[in-house]
Amino acid sequence: MSVETLMPYDEALARYEPVLGIETHIELGTSSKMFCGCATAFGAEPNTQVCPVCLGLPGSLPVVNRAAIESTIKIGLALNCSIAEWCRFARKNYFYPDMPKNYQISQYDEPLCVEGHLDVEIEGDDGPEVHRIAIERVHMEEDTGKSLHVGGSTGRIHGADHSLVDYNRAGIPLVEIVTKPIEATGAKAPLVARAYATELRELMRALGVSDVRMEEGSMRCDVNVSLMPRGSSQWGTRTETKNVNSLRSVERSVLHEIERQAGILAGGGRIIQETRHFHEDTGSTTSGRSKEEAQDYRYFPEPDLVPVAPAGDWIEELRAGLPERPAARRARVKADWGLTDKELQDVVNAGALDLIEQTIAAGADPAAARKWWMNELSRRATALAVELAALPITAEQVARVQAMVTAGDLNDKLARQVFEGVLAGEGTPDEVAAARGLKIVSDDGALAGIIDQVIADNADAADKVRAGKVAAAGALVGAVMKATRGQADAGRARELILERLSG
Amino acid sequence: MSLTRMTAAELGELIASGETSAVEVAQAHLDRIAAVDGQVKAFLHVDPDTTLEQARGVDARRAAGEELGPLAGVPIAHKDVFTTKDMPTTAASKILEGWLPPYDATVTARLRAAGMVILGKTNMDEFAMGSSTENSAFGPSRNPWDLTRVPGGSSGGSSAAVAAYEAPLATGTDTGGSIRQPAAVTGLIGMKPTYGGSSRYGLIAFASSLDTPGPLARTVLDAALLQEAFSGHDPMDSTSIDEPVPSIVAAARNGDVAGLRVGVVREFDGEGYQPGVLARFREAVELLESLGAKVIEVSCPNFTYALPAYYLIAPSECSSNLARFDAMRYGLRVGDDGTRSAEEVMALTRAEGFGAEVKRRMMLGTYALSSGYYDAYYGKAQQVRTLIARDFDAAFEQVDVLVSPTTPTSAFELGERADDPVAMYLADLCTIPSNLAGNAAISVPCGLADEDGLPVGLQIMAPVLADDRVYRVGAAVESALADRWGGPLLAKAPEL
Repeated sequence: MSVETLMPYDEALARYEPVLGIETHIELGTSSKMFCGCATAFGAEPNTQVCPVCLGLPGSLPVVNRAAIESTIKIGLALNCSIAEWCRFARKNYFYPDMPKNYQISQYDEPLCVEGHLDVEIEGDDGPEVHRIAIERVHMEEDTGKSLHVGGSTGRIHGADHSLVDYNRAGIPLVEIVTKPIEATGAKAPLVARAYATELRELMRALGVSDVRMEEGSMRCDVNVSLMPRGSSQWGTRTETKNVNSLRSVERSVLHEIERQAGILAGGGRIIQETRHFHEDTGSTTSGRSKEEAQDYRYFPEPDLVPVAPAGDWIEELRAGLPERPAARRARVKADWGLTDKELQDVVNAGALDLIEQTIAAGADPAAARKWWMNELSRRATALAVELAALPITAEQVARVQAMVTAGDLNDKLARQVFEGVLAGEGTPDEVAAARGLKIVSDDGALAGIIDQVIADNADAADKVRAGKVAAAGALVGAVMKATRGQADAGRARELILERLSG
Repeated sequence: MSLTRMTAAELGELIASGETSAVEVAQAHLDRIAAVDGQVKAFLHVDPDTTLEQARGVDARRAAGEELGPLAGVPIAHKDVFTTKDMPTTAASKILEGWLPPYDATVTARLRAAGMVILGKTNMDEFAMGSSTENSAFGPSRNPWDLTRVPGGSSGGSSAAVAAYEAPLATGTDTGGSIRQPAAVTGLIGMKPTYGGSSRYGLIAFASSLDTPGPLARTVLDAALLQEAFSGHDPMDSTSIDEPVPSIVAAARNGDVAGLRVGVVREFDGEGYQPGVLARFREAVELLESLGAKVIEVSCPNFTYALPAYYLIAPSECSSNLARFDAMRYGLRVGDDGTRSAEEVMALTRAEGFGAEVKRRMMLGTYALSSGYYDAYYGKAQQVRTLIARDFDAAFEQVDVLVSPTTPTSAFELGERADDPVAMYLADLCTIPSNLAGNAAISVPCGLADEDGLPVGLQIMAPVLADDRVYRVGAAVESALADRWGGPLLAKAPEL
C-alpha cells in the first residue's frame, strides 16, 4: 500500500465539492434463479444448487424467471421510474473463472426501469433536510459464482495456493439500481450516501423483494466519488469503491475517499480511475484493478432470450399493489404513536416496526406494544443473538399478554414470566399462565392472612404507618409481594394494609 | 430388400407389424457401419452395446403394449453437436474431447421418446463452422458418391452416413446451410425448419439466432416424420415457438404443386455457378411448370449482402458462445502445472483446443462487437438482416415458394478449398438468406451435374411456419423425378 497523505475533512470540503454516484446490487428473494429452476437458499453446501443452465454447460439455454421481472418492476415503480414497454437482455462479455459462460446476462442500453427518484432525509444543520436522489436506471442481471482463494494470508487471489469456485450463487437474480450523479451535498455527502442506502434498504424490505442483508451480500453498494475544485464545474476523475457491505461503511468510504482524493489533488497528483476496496478495520480504501484501459465488454443483445414486454395492465396491477412507502409510513407511525425522532429511529433500527404495528393491530395500545418489543423482547433477542422477528413469539401473542395485563390478571413482572414461558416453547400465553400458576391474587380473603403475618413480622414499619407515616406502607407491600412471589395485586394489598393499620 | 436400403417409414412399419425387431434393424446398420465407415468416416462415436441396449428397450416397450410412434425402433445417426448423456459429445472439437454430458438435448430426448435408436454421433465441422467437415478436429468425412470429395458441412457426417446407407435418418443443424448443403451434395433431402420450430436446448451453440435443428433423409416423407418427432415447443428454449403448426407429414404424403406460384430468385444465378448445377435447376423449374405451377422471376436485391452480413452476425455470436470453453469446468485443460494462473491455463487451453477456423471466426466476431466498431459491423449486419427478411416478405406476397439451386456447385474435392476460407463460405451463398430470415427451406435432389456426375440440390423456400408448404412441393418434385429416373437419385450412387 502506498503512503497517502489524507487531507483533513473540513479542509477538503473547503477546497473541493464531492460528486457521488451509487450503484446498488440487490439479490432478489425469488425462490428460483434468474434463468433456471435451481434453488437460491443462502449458505447451502457448495455446488449443490446448480444445473446445466446455471453452470453454463454446452447446449444449455436460459429462460427468464417471471417472478424476477415482477420484483424488478415493483422496485422500479417504488422508485418512481418509468417501466419500459419493451426491452432486451444483453450479454456482457469478459473472462472470469467464477463466471460459467464467461459472459453475464445483463441489461445494457435497454433497462427495464428508467428515470426515477428516491427522497432521503438527513439531519441538517438546521433540522431535517430532504435530498432527492435521481435514479438513472434499474436493470436485471444474473449473479456470478463465488471464488474462494485457499492458502495465502489475505483471502485474495494473490498468494493463494489454489482457488475453489462455488456456483450456487451463479444465476441468482440481481437488480442493479444506478443513481444519477449526486451533487451539491457538500460536507453532508457521506451522510447522504448512507441515508440513500438506508432508505433503499427499507424500501426493498417494504416491497418484500429481498432480504437485503448487507453482511450476507444480498445488498452491495459500489460507491463512486469524485472531487471538483470549488468554483469549477468540471467533474474530477472518479473512483469506484466496490462491494461496500454495511451502511456505516458506505458513509466511511465516502469520507475516506474525499480525504484521500483531496490529499492527492492538493499535492499536485492525479486521481486514477480505478476500482477500490474498502477495509472495515482501518476505514480506508485500497486500489483494486485499474479501469484506466476501459474494459470492452462487447455488449450485444442476448440472442437466447426473447424481449421482455410487460403488459400495461400487469404493470398497473403491480402499481396498485405497492405497499406504503417507508417514509410515509414512518411519518404516520410517528404521529399515531406519539414518538420522538429518536424513538422512531430506535424502533426502525431494531427491526420492530412491523412487529409493533401487528401487535397494535391485534389489540394492544401503541405504548405497550412498543414497550414489550423494545425492552423485554429486544433484551431476549439480544441474549439469543437472533433478530427480533426471529423470536418464537407472534405479535398476536404479545397483544394477548398485554390484554391480560390490562384486565388485571397479570402485572408486568408476571407478564415477563409469561413471555419467558412462551419463548421456551411452553405454549400460548394463556397456557403458560395456567401451567405456571401466574395470576394476580386480588382476593381479599387470600391476602388477609398474609397481611396479618407481614404486620406481625414487621412491627416497626407497622408502627410508623399507624403513626401516620403512610410511606412506610411500601415496605409492607413489598413484603406481601415477596411472600406471594409477586402474584399479589399490589394496589389492593396496599389498601388492605392501610385499612388494617388505621383502625 | 436389405434392411439398410429401406426407408425409415418402411422400417417403422416392419417393426410395428412385428416382421422384424428394433434389435435386428439396429444390428443390420451396425454391420453396415462396420463394413463401410472405415472409408466414409461418418461417425465420431459408435458404441454397439449402447445402441443394441436402446433397441432392446424399444422392443421391450412394444412387447409391453406401449403405443409407439411411426419411427419406433428406427435407427438414427445423431450429429455430435447434440448432448447425449450416454455418449460423448464433442462438437468435433479437441476442446470437448471425451466430454460426457450430464443431460440430453431436447432433440435427443424426443428421439428417445419416439423410440428411435441412436447408432452413434456423426462427424461435423468443429462447432458446426464449415461446409466440408474438413474443420473437424478428428478428420474429414467422405462423400459416398466419390470418396475423394467432401460430403458437405457442417452436418457432413450425417449426410455421409445416410447416403452410405449406414443410417436411414440423421439429425443435423443448419446455421447457414449446414443441413441443406450437405444434403444437396450427397443426393439427400435436407430440411431447415422455421427458426424456433425445433428446440435448441442441448444443441451446442454456434450462432444462437441462426442455429436450427433439422432432419436429413433419403425421402421427403422420412424427413417429415423425423422433423415431426423432435419438433414443437420446448419450455427450455425461450426462442422456441409456441404455436400450432400444420402437419408436415400429411404434406409430405400429398405432394402437389397445381396452381402454386413459384418464384425463381434472380440473384442466384451467373458467375460462380457451375453450369451443370444451373442446368439441373432449370430443368427442375420446368418440371414444376409441367406439374401445374406458375413460375415467375422474383428479385430479392438484398440477398447479395446476405453472405457478408452472415459472416458478421454468426462470428459475433460465436465469439460469445464459445467463451465458456475455458478449462474450468469440463473438457480439455492445458498447462495446469501448479505454477500458472487460471487465466494462463484458459489461454493455453483455448490456443490448443480450438481449430483454425473456429479461432478465425471468434476473432472476427470479437472485432465486430468491439466498442467503436459495433455500429459499423454488427449493427449494420443486423440492418441488412432486416432488409433480407423484408425481401422475403415482399417476394411471398407474389409467390407461395421461392426456388434456387441449393449450392452454386456440386461436391468439391477434399482439400480444394481448405486454404481459401472465402471460397468455402461461398458454398452457403444460396442457403444463408433463409437462416437470416428464419424461414423454412428444404433441399431435394434434382439430378446429377453433367461435368462430374455428382448430385445437385433444388432449394425450396417458404415463409416462417409454412414448413408444410416446402414438404408438399418437395414431395411433388421427388415423385415426378423418381418416375423420370425409375427410382431415387441415390440409387445411381456407386456401390461402396
